Amino acid sequence: MAEHVIIKTVSRLMIPFIQLFSLYVIAHGELGPGGGFQGGVILGASFILYAMVFGLEEGRKRISRKASDFFNPTGLFIYAVIGIFCILGGGRYLEYDRLPLIGNEILASQLGIYGIEIGVGITVSAVMTTLFFEMARRDDD
Amino acid sequence: MEVEIRLIIAGIFLFLGCFLLLVAAIGVVRFPDFYTRMHAAGKGDTLGQLLVLLALMIHEGLSLVSIKLLLIVAFIFVCNPTATHALAKAAYLSGLRPWTKEEKKDGN
Repeated sequence: MAEHVIIKTVSRLMIPFIQLFSLYVIAHGELGPGGGFQGGVILGASFILYAMVFGLEEGRKRISRKASDFFNPTGLFIYAVIGIFCILGGGRYLEYDRLPLIGNEILASQLGIYGIEIGVGITVSAVMTTLFFEMARRDDD
Repeated sequence: MEVEIRLIIAGIFLFLGCFLLLVAAIGVVRFPDFYTRMHAAGKGDTLGQLLVLLALMIHEGLSLVSIKLLLIVAFIFVCNPTATHALAKAAYLSGLRPWTKEEKKDGN
């Protein structure tokens, strides 16, 4: 492990920028190309890159099983809660204009889409990380 | 007039970049073994994408798009040689011997 100096240094240098770019892609989902799924994939790929370069145990230290198991349903929960809030506001499921407590319809639509993108991003990145760890590990417990 | 000069310079850079990418592609097809093919792909692609994106930057002028292109250039300039290095090192560690002329004469 100690001899892969170049790969370790470069990935340690690049991973923060990859994660920053993934947040950019998630936040600009409704204006430009990208969105929750794509940004979540980039975020999950940065975790996978870390685990590939530094080893599975080191990766599991940074992204523990508990954390990925927590974030798997969290994004889905955000998605569902925004949809149900739309129903409570008098609209259909995911009809963003009717989100309660905001008032302005355009602002409510924007915030609703943002929330959906963030939820999708969290779930996609956590599921990708979980899939990688489950496929890469060797033991059968 | 200024726009025309800028277009001509951008075209020259675009041509050079496409030429380098073509040379890299020919090298990948024609070189005899894995290491020399990695050599062609790594170097040719890195410089070729620099020249192509530089042409796009010159064509665009100073704006947010050209700054994004500059970031892409910096990213590929760091990542492409690293990926080439990782591939070549993995091949070497798994025991792939470099191609030599002597082995070829032995009928291998």
